[in-house]
Amino acid sequence: MRGSFSTITKMFSASVVAAGLLMSAPARAADDTIKVGILHSLSGTMAISETTLKDAMLMLIDEQNAKGGLLGKKLEAVVVDPASNWPLFAEKARELISKDKVAAVFGCWTSVSRKSVLPVFSELDNILFYPVQYEGEESERNVFYTGAAPNQQAIPAVDYLMSEDGGSVKRWVLEGTDYVYPRTTNKILEAYLKAKGVAAEDIMVNYTPFGFSDWQTEVSAIKKFGSAGKKTAVVSTVNGDANVPFYKELGNQGIKAEDIPVMAFSVGEEELAGLDTAPLVGHLAAWNYFESVDTPENKKFIADWHKFIKNDKRTTNDPMEAHYIGFNMWVKAVEKAGTTDPDKVIDAMIGVSVPNLTGGYSTMMPNHHITKPVLIGEIQADGQFETVSRTPGLVMGDEWSDYLPDSKDLISDWRAPLSCGNFNVATGKCGGKGTN
Amino acid sequence: MTASVRTVSSAVRTPNSTFKGRLKPMNLFRAIGLTLLFLLATLSSSGAGEADLRGIIAKFATAKGFSETGAVVHDLAATGDPLVERPLAALADGNLYIRKADSQVFVGKEAGVSVELFDPLSGEKSADAAKDDITKIKVNNTLRRVIRDALGTLTLGAKDPAVRIAAADTMFKTPDAANIGPLDTAIASETVASVKALLEQARAASVLVSDRPDADKLAAITLIGARGDRDAVSLLTSVEANASGAVKDAATAAIRNINSTLAFWDAGQNIWYGISLGSVLLLAAIGLAITFGVMGVINMAHGEMVMLGAYTTFVVQQVIRTSFPGLFDWSLVIALPLAFLVAAIVGLAIERGVIRFLYGRPLETLLATWGVSLILQQAVRSIFGPTNQEVGNPAWMSGSFNVGQLAITWNRLWILVFALTVFAVLLYVMKRTPWGLQMRAVTANRRMAASMGIRTPWVDALTFALGSGIAGIAGVALSQIDNVSPNLGRGYIIDSFMVVVFGGVGNLWGTLVGAFSLGIVNKFLEPYAGAVLGKIVVLVLIILFIQKRPRGLFALKGRAVEA
Repeated sequence: MRGSFSTITKMFSASVVAAGLLMSAPARAADDTIKVGILHSLSGTMAISETTLKDAMLMLIDEQNAKGGLLGKKLEAVVVDPASNWPLFAEKARELISKDKVAAVFGCWTSVSRKSVLPVFSELDNILFYPVQYEGEESERNVFYTGAAPNQQAIPAVDYLMSEDGGSVKRWVLEGTDYVYPRTTNKILEAYLKAKGVAAEDIMVNYTPFGFSDWQTEVSAIKKFGSAGKKTAVVSTVNGDANVPFYKELGNQGIKAEDIPVMAFSVGEEELAGLDTAPLVGHLAAWNYFESVDTPENKKFIADWHKFIKNDKRTTNDPMEAHYIGFNMWVKAVEKAGTTDPDKVIDAMIGVSVPNLTGGYSTMMPNHHITKPVLIGEIQADGQFETVSRTPGLVMGDEWSDYLPDSKDLISDWRAPLSCGNFNVATGKCGGKGTN
Repeated sequence: MTASVRTVSSAVRTPNSTFKGRLKPMNLFRAIGLTLLFLLATLSSSGAGEADLRGIIAKFATAKGFSETGAVVHDLAATGDPLVERPLAALADGNLYIRKADSQVFVGKEAGVSVELFDPLSGEKSADAAKDDITKIKVNNTLRRVIRDALGTLTLGAKDPAVRIAAADTMFKTPDAANIGPLDTAIASETVASVKALLEQARAASVLVSDRPDADKLAAITLIGARGDRDAVSLLTSVEANASGAVKDAATAAIRNINSTLAFWDAGQNIWYGISLGSVLLLAAIGLAITFGVMGVINMAHGEMVMLGAYTTFVVQQVIRTSFPGLFDWSLVIALPLAFLVAAIVGLAIERGVIRFLYGRPLETLLATWGVSLILQQAVRSIFGPTNQEVGNPAWMSGSFNVGQLAITWNRLWILVFALTVFAVLLYVMKRTPWGLQMRAVTANRRMAASMGIRTPWVDALTFALGSGIAGIAGVALSQIDNVSPNLGRGYIIDSFMVVVFGGVGNLWGTLVGAFSLGIVNKFLEPYAGAVLGKIVVLVLIILFIQKRPRGLFALKGRAVEA
């Protein structure tokens, strides 16, 4: 009894000491390290997705240090927790840049968290690498978008469903969570589908709140919409936690992928880990990376990940690959510029090309988006995706959609002399939409 | 286990497996004799020999892309040989493999790191292979449909009525004029009335896409119109689009007919969905009805008790999966008492550790329990990780059944039954047991109860534990329909408070009526207003209602109110 009590006391004091060390870590860092900020929620609703990215970054930094660091210095990760709280993201970003003097920040998941840190990054002139697929309609000098723009995910996915392989879909349900990414993506998709000759009555758009869990009405509405004698598909921008009950309801109401396939943009290996996928075989997802992709780079990445996280069951996913690409690009740009000064690195980034995990190279374009292949995968019984279609070449991220009237004339080019994120080719002026 | 079953089934299929003698076919023929040969020829109906089948199957190894694989499937199906069912079913399930070394095709079954390979026709086990030595033949949805259609025709004569029903269903959904012949044969030999009706509907669907005379088609439309479900509408809509004259008119009329009946069923469906949502709300709120309703503690950690119950289910299933796989269907039953205990003990600890110092100070209680909820969430996140955990559905909770045109999913039905049972038991405890009596006495007048010799602190602690424990068993049920993640509780806390406040604080019946009426109102609004607006409208309605009746639906009357 006494023994166990003293063990507990020891453990407790040890953890207090450890916590103290952790707290003081940033303060006592010397000048012989380069600091890298990691701005991902470790608590709150987004922790489910973002914690993995924090771990992936720590792994990448470890590996770089094992290779001898960068510019002869060791890299040091500074992890902060913005706790899924959007204003806190801005506060923590400021802390990372002003107090910890990081050379670059890797972080954010939701668009609203990105929007909230944008002013901080342009004011303090630092770099943010944003690893998640997003709605586009933005190009900032201080941000590098390593996730997919709509034309690198949504448009090819719809093209696949329209093709003969994808089932020649004629009727569309656009189902999304009610926030900026699904709303903008669905606006682009609606315009795109109409441009392809789909009638308005063949498109149904529906939104549900965050964390929605009672999908009975929605699923039976989909069933009803699908019984009009035309091949129907669901394009889902349903986010995060709401997906599991959505798929469970689909399975229980007997909607089979052969009849009404669901193409998801926010469902990856991580989300499927909480599901019995046997009833979902054949439902689709569009990403730029799947864990099942069979390349030597990916095999090594997965093996490293399992070793780092000490769990063979943890999956890898698309935003992790985006961080892998973004981090390697940053390393290369810093080496090219010979300094971590953000201004010089931002200029050096453009044109940097690094291998991605799907057997090709990704290049940073002048609009701060990257080139990627687009993969369409079907859910398998083991919770993995099997690639059923892949774009023949790399697709370049298009920040301003060509299908929305107020952004089709805009382009972005951050090279001198243009150096503009929203250049209007019709009026020949920098500015217009997107200055917010 | 499966391997031995497969061998047995292939042994039963004697005629063809004897025919298989690849090595010495001539000897075999002589030995068997002419009579058996004749028998064999009639058995393998359309005359394609097994060697031919193997020839076609071998083409899978060279087929490139889904369309070429699809062509091979068509070739196989065209033989009409029931033997092709095995390789086709395996292909549809993604279990058909090519061995890289010799391009042979096998049915594979994953066994740990290696894959067991079985002969695609006989199903006999032939080898083991490492995963790297074989390639899976890829299938996509289009191909799965092709296979399903092909299998539909092949399995019309299957022994199991369920398989025949599935076949009829497939043929109904993908009508083809060529199906009429086989369907006629199948209808003639069908003995089960319900299957026969389905086969006749499938035949009618095929007639509609054939070039049969209009009279036949009109009869077919009548038959399909009588089926009256969404699939029938779907089929008739496409007929309507392509037909002309009397057939088109008949189709239009039939669609109108079905739609008007379906509108009636839709209303029924909304009520059912509302009841089902109500049962979920009831489960989530019923524990709170005790801690908040009866004791007056604003317990923000209530949702986390639900979460703990869900995680207990996860742990129970994990143990069952690794140690007692046979018990999986019982996992929820086993998890129930454990979840109750875990949540009740945590609840007891919270009451003894925090809340008892804060009775009568609602603001502090609110903040303290909020803090406790954050601690519990982060603790679970640290122990189990931030990602969702998989909680499986036992077989009896999966799928759905139809009542008329109403699809009722088993898990929702069981949750409804469960919620009502929990409610009944709780009501019994409150009204009919000495403990319930003490609980109500303490709530009504603490000082009087204390002077009657009731140990009020213990009643408080046990009441709080009971409320928490019930939240825990609600977690077991909710793990079946929702995410099991550290955030699980967050989604239910607001709804739970809404139900309790709306129903009337301190009244269990109020919680019951409140939960079901909120559920039904929500589900009736949803199809018209959408889920987002529907929720807002419900909130506004509740606010207005509370303005009118601040104590909720069933207000407690008498001295207890001000206690």
